[in-house]
Amino acid sequence: MSAALDTGDRAQAVPARPPGRARRRTDWGRWYTWAVLAWLFAPIAFMVVFSFNDPAGRHNITWQGFTLHWYANAFAYPDLNEAMFNSVTIALLTMVVAGVLGTLLGLALGRFGFRGKQLTNLVMFAAISAPEVVLGAALLSTFLMLNVTTGYWTTVVAHVMFCVSFVAITVRARVITLDPSLEEAARDLGAGPWTTFRLVTLPMLFPAVMAGGLLAFALSIDDYIITTFVSGDVNTFPLWIWGATRVGIPPQVNVMGTLLFAVGLTMAVINVVAARRRA
Amino acid sequence: MKNRSRAGLDPALLRGLTRARRGPLAPSGPTRRRTLQAGGAAAAALALSACGVGGQQRDPAADANFWEGRERTGSLRWANWPLYMDSERTQIQQFTESTGIRVEYKEDVQEAASFFGQIQPRLANEDDLGYDLIVLPNGFELAKLIELGYLVQLDHARLPNFAEYAGEIYRNSAFDPGNRYTVPYASGITGIAYNPEFIDREITSIQDLWDPAFEGKVGMFSDPQEIANFGLLATGATPADSTPEDWEAAAEKLREQRDSGVVRAYYDQDFIQPLTNGDLWITMAWSGDIYQQNSEEGTNLEFVIPEEGATLWTDNLMIPYTTQAPVDAIELMDFLYEPEVATGLTEYISYISPVPHAQEVMLEWAAAEGGGERGEALAAMAESPLVFPTEADYQNLHNFVVLPTGEQEGFSSLFQAVTQS
Amino acid sequence: MRNRKLTPYVLVLPAWTWLALFFVVPIGGMLSLSLTTGNVITGFQQTFAVGNYADAVGTYWEQILRSLLYGGCATLVCIAVGYPVAYWIAFRGGAYKSTYLLLLLLPFFVSFVLRTISWRFFLSDNGVVLGTFKDLGLLPDGFAVLNTAPAVVLGLAYNFLPFMVLPIYAVLERMDPHLVEASHDLYANRVRAFVHVVLPVSLPGVFAGVLMTFIPTSADYVNASVLGGTHNTMIGNVIQTQYLVNNNYPIAASITFVLMGLLLVGIFSYARALGTERVMEVHTS
Repeated sequence: MSAALDTGDRAQAVPARPPGRARRRTDWGRWYTWAVLAWLFAPIAFMVVFSFNDPAGRHNITWQGFTLHWYANAFAYPDLNEAMFNSVTIALLTMVVAGVLGTLLGLALGRFGFRGKQLTNLVMFAAISAPEVVLGAALLSTFLMLNVTTGYWTTVVAHVMFCVSFVAITVRARVITLDPSLEEAARDLGAGPWTTFRLVTLPMLFPAVMAGGLLAFALSIDDYIITTFVSGDVNTFPLWIWGATRVGIPPQVNVMGTLLFAVGLTMAVINVVAARRRA
Repeated sequence: MKNRSRAGLDPALLRGLTRARRGPLAPSGPTRRRTLQAGGAAAAALALSACGVGGQQRDPAADANFWEGRERTGSLRWANWPLYMDSERTQIQQFTESTGIRVEYKEDVQEAASFFGQIQPRLANEDDLGYDLIVLPNGFELAKLIELGYLVQLDHARLPNFAEYAGEIYRNSAFDPGNRYTVPYASGITGIAYNPEFIDREITSIQDLWDPAFEGKVGMFSDPQEIANFGLLATGATPADSTPEDWEAAAEKLREQRDSGVVRAYYDQDFIQPLTNGDLWITMAWSGDIYQQNSEEGTNLEFVIPEEGATLWTDNLMIPYTTQAPVDAIELMDFLYEPEVATGLTEYISYISPVPHAQEVMLEWAAAEGGGERGEALAAMAESPLVFPTEADYQNLHNFVVLPTGEQEGFSSLFQAVTQS
Repeated sequence: MRNRKLTPYVLVLPAWTWLALFFVVPIGGMLSLSLTTGNVITGFQQTFAVGNYADAVGTYWEQILRSLLYGGCATLVCIAVGYPVAYWIAFRGGAYKSTYLLLLLLPFFVSFVLRTISWRFFLSDNGVVLGTFKDLGLLPDGFAVLNTAPAVVLGLAYNFLPFMVLPIYAVLERMDPHLVEASHDLYANRVRAFVHVVLPVSLPGVFAGVLMTFIPTSADYVNASVLGGTHNTMIGNVIQTQYLVNNNYPIAASITFVLMGLLLVGIFSYARALGTERVMEVHTS
């Protein structure tokens, strides 16, 4: 982890700042941001460290000694592997679908006046305020009613449902503050609605779309309660771990968490490299 | 049922009575469901409360001839808790070798309550669960499944190993007298564990959980039945024979404990970490967890069955009525009662086996190993009263309070008011 | 022109269909369920039992108020911690903005169960943090964080911090940094410059962030159950128990609608106070 953090730091040391903003004072903001990141990463550090622990028993909670054994045997639990695979693919699908639906919704709410707008707001807020257990149970009943067998796809459907509002709210906040005249200009120049959207609106919305998509991914991969109701006989990472707490979580869980985390960090590093190249 | 000697209400009888009375009034689920299905989404919304989430009791008479003409299918699906069998699935391999039946083993049960919430609507809908065999503890969920008529009545002619090897106490449980619907998978004791690093006297009584010297360092379970049992034992009542007055007194005693500040928190299941690192000094605890922690991590946690007694809980194997492979499932049930198989299972999970004979087998294995790491571990386990309780221990172990489902909610609410303040 | 009028409907159609089918219909069923009586064995009959709501409020008003309080505190913590971060990333993140956002969310790719175990490890009475302070004599021996109200609030804030940072960032990001610099010259001090130039622009982002933290934190149950002690139960825990353990679906549903109602009333009055047109309405002309 620290290696990758360093990468971020080094990258930050060669900033591409507009000349006017280069100042010779301490950048307290950066220190603060990194302090907050440290807070966020603290539990992850624990997880990573304990993925190298060598517990004699099934409770991986006290430090016993260093080993790479769990990495060599990272995939010893077939059910855990499958659960992990399901979690990641469901989260990716959710990110894409909720990202698209939420962006369109957020765009409409932020830009247009239309009938039923207040109702839409109400439904969106209601969707994020409904306690998970109630949502999960209500969804399960609906699926049963529609004679849909619960499983992988019902889980995706449910995750998209509770993520759409988060994406839409994030996108809407951005849309409200955007200047519509740019799009009007594009249209005046003869661009069709689709071209305008693709070349003007979407790039302007992109930071919010990305933020919303990431939120959706994080919400989906971490969800427990709704998933228990609608996943049928499909297992996910949080589900498996929760069940395992009864007997003791094997270090492989830490290993998988660490690997997942490493993938995320790699993405971050690629991001940094790409950004440098652009700069 | 025939062996029940305890005075008071026979829960099975009570259940029988209530079912008979309620039977004709129970809504006929599937038919109603189908009519409603014809409607559109709006109708569906209204119908939800009537069918999906609502309960429907099945007529047990429908199962009278359940086993007639049933044949092996050659495969079955089993839902168990994670880490409740080794990762090689040794016992399943043995089963497949010996019978040729393939087993799809899924670690799909994470929590009894949410598992029930997940399967109940599907059973009400007469849907296949995707499981032919499930494992659940002897809590209210099991009682509800039985009362709803969702479990297959076992054909004991097909359970010869169970008849031969199951320990006496495991065929005479209060929650399923006569093992009509379930057979035990593994059991454990809920007693008191403490960390001698912080407590330098011997703990012998449940009252020690009320000791003001342990302010903020006492752990209790949040499960209403588990905590009720301890409240009842602390007030001198016997859980299985307790009356509503006893419950009130127990809840009052527990409330007093909470408000005096000795309780740190109410735990679902993860009390081991706080007990090991000193956040808890003394807590309600499960025997198997303490045994594992001590034997495998070298900690010196103490586990005691207090003089007032402790409780014995059981995780049970059962067959849902929508099963596709009942014969294969019951064969597997019985297979797990072969002493060698039961011993292998116990060696991995270190909870109490319903097959007392496993103790001898384990000692034989230990001798055959002739020392060595595994041999020593086996010998230690075979001699541990936490895995193989002594006769005297069993005398001091109580059954849970068994209630008809109609009374469960009032009972739970009483104790939830203590834990969920 | 006709086309333009249709646009918003086309845009909302997919999401609406999704939400209608998988949220409105199920939650409508729950609403009807909240008015029933019965139990899981005999089934639930529709009796329009409005009394369920009175029961729910009468029995659990304390947990409801506590949830709103904890949710509110966690939201304030999120604003205080998250706003400067969003500000710094938006204006000083340079080419690495997206990297910072990714880093911010990375901890949440790891299951909450693991995060929770870690928190218990860190906050333990004799753990790496408190233990060190106690050894140095900076804290009394009996001092505890775990299983207290502050632990719950901090846990909530931790879990929902990105939901505050991201929308604020998404809004601030569009501001021209030169504009901010210029405002520093225009106004006497940086605080006034901030209040007059940056803050107004960021309000929709803050509003969105408050929505996405206050609402879910108030309805949360995980943090209270793993980081809380006695007298820290939130309404989410009660709903969870009533639904899953007691199978008292009508009461669970009633509490849910009371909670949702309170949250929605709170959110809409907050929006009004902040200036509806600013944060929720069309930004025409």
